[in-house]
Amino acid sequence: MEDFIEKIYSVIDEIEPGTLAPDSNYREVPHWSSMHALILIAMVKVDYGVTITGEDLMTHHTLQDIYNLILKRKI
Amino acid sequence: MALFHVPGVQLKAISACVPLNYENNREYEFLTEQEINLLIKTTGIEQRRVAEKGVTTSDLCCTAATQLIEKLNIDPQEIGILVFVSQSVDFILPSTAHIIQARLKLPKNCMCLDINLGCSGYAYGLSVVSSLMSHGTIKKGLLMVGDISTVSPNKKDKSTYPLFGDAGTVSLLEADANSEGFSFNLCSDGTDYDSIIIPDGGLRNPLNETSFEEVEIEKGIIRHRRNLALNGVKVFDFAMREVLPNINELLSYNNTTINQYDYLILHQANKLINDTVGRLLKFSPEKMPSSLKYFGNTSSASIPLTMITALPNKLSQKKTFLLCGFGVGLSWGSVSFSSEDLICLPLLEI
Repeated sequence: MEDFIEKIYSVIDEIEPGTLAPDSNYREVPHWSSMHALILIAMVKVDYGVTITGEDLMTHHTLQDIYNLILKRKI
Repeated sequence: MALFHVPGVQLKAISACVPLNYENNREYEFLTEQEINLLIKTTGIEQRRVAEKGVTTSDLCCTAATQLIEKLNIDPQEIGILVFVSQSVDFILPSTAHIIQARLKLPKNCMCLDINLGCSGYAYGLSVVSSLMSHGTIKKGLLMVGDISTVSPNKKDKSTYPLFGDAGTVSLLEADANSEGFSFNLCSDGTDYDSIIIPDGGLRNPLNETSFEEVEIEKGIIRHRRNLALNGVKVFDFAMREVLPNINELLSYNNTTINQYDYLILHQANKLINDTVGRLLKFSPEKMPSSLKYFGNTSSASIPLTMITALPNKLSQKKTFLLCGFGVGLSWGSVSFSSEDLICLPLLEI
C-alpha cells in the first residue's frame, strides 16, 4: 500500500508528498480532475499490469479501495 | 475477424497541408494556469492549427495532393482510385471525393468514394485502397485523410476545445508485384457510439430549435447539440483496453515482434495513452514519433502528419512501420508494412 501511495506522488505532481493515507478519498484531493484519473489509470496499468477504469474510480472512494481492486484483479 | 494481408501494393509518398493560423493552449481563457499545465503534461498538446472560416478539409487535401502530383511528376490520368476519409465533408451530398476528382482533373475511370471515419481512418483507408488495388488493374491510388475538427467543439467546453487541430493529407499507393504489401487488424464497437458524438443534425436527431441552445453539462463544460461531445475518461478506458491487444494480435499474425519495426506510430490523441502503450510494449520512445505538441489531435490525419513532421523527407532504406489508429465509432485498427524510398514531402501551410 505504501508503495502504491509513493507511486501516486511520483506521477501526480500536484499532490504534496506526505498528504495521502490509505483512507484518503482521492476525489477530495485538492484540484482533483479527470486528468488525474487518467494518470492514475495509466500508472496502475504500467506498474501493476492491471486495468482499472474511470467507472471503477467513480464507484470506489479511497486509495485502499483502489489498491484492493488492484490486488483482486492481479490474481 | 478482420485480420488480413494485402500483397502487391506499396505506400510511395505522403504529403500534408495544415492551416497557417494556430492557437496556443497556454492562452486558452477557460482553464486556470494549473489546469493548462496539467492538460499539456497529460495530452502533450501545446498548439493547434485552426482553419479560417470557409476552408474545408478538401482544400487542405487538394493542396497536399497538388504538391505530390507536381513534385513526383505523376500523370493524374494514372490515378485509378481516390478515397477521402473524413467527418468534415464539403456537402451533405455529393461525396467530397468526387469534388476532389474534378479539382485534380483525375480521369473518369477513377473510382471515388468517401469513408466516414475519424481517428482510425488512416488504417481503414489504407485497407480499402490497397485491397481494391490488389485485385485489378489500378496502378496508382490516392488516399486522402483529414478533418477540419476545430469547428465542432464549443470554446466554452474545456473537455474538447483544447484538443483538436486541423489537417489534410494525401498518400500515394502504387501497385508493385514485388512489394510485401500491408497487414491489417481492424476492429469496431458500436455499443459505445455515443462516447464521441455530435448529437444533432443527422436523421436520428434532425436540427431543431434546441440544437443550438447551450447547456452547462458541468462546471467548465458548456456546449450545444451541434457541438462535439467527448467522454474523455471512457475513451481513455477504451484506448487502454483495446490498442495493445490489437497491436499484439497483428504482431502475432505477422509472426513478428515489436522490436522488428523501425517505427511505431500511434494516433495522436493523448501523450499519456501513447507513452503507456509504448511502455507496455517495451518499445523505444525514439521510434515513436509524435506531432501532438504543435498540431494536437488531427483526427485521421494524425498518423501521416506525424510521419511528415517527424521523419526524414526521404527514407532511403527499407523501413518497417506499425501504425495504430483508434477513436470515434468506436473504431480501431493497426496496419503494418514496409516501404522502400518512402517520400515524405514538406509540410504545406495555407
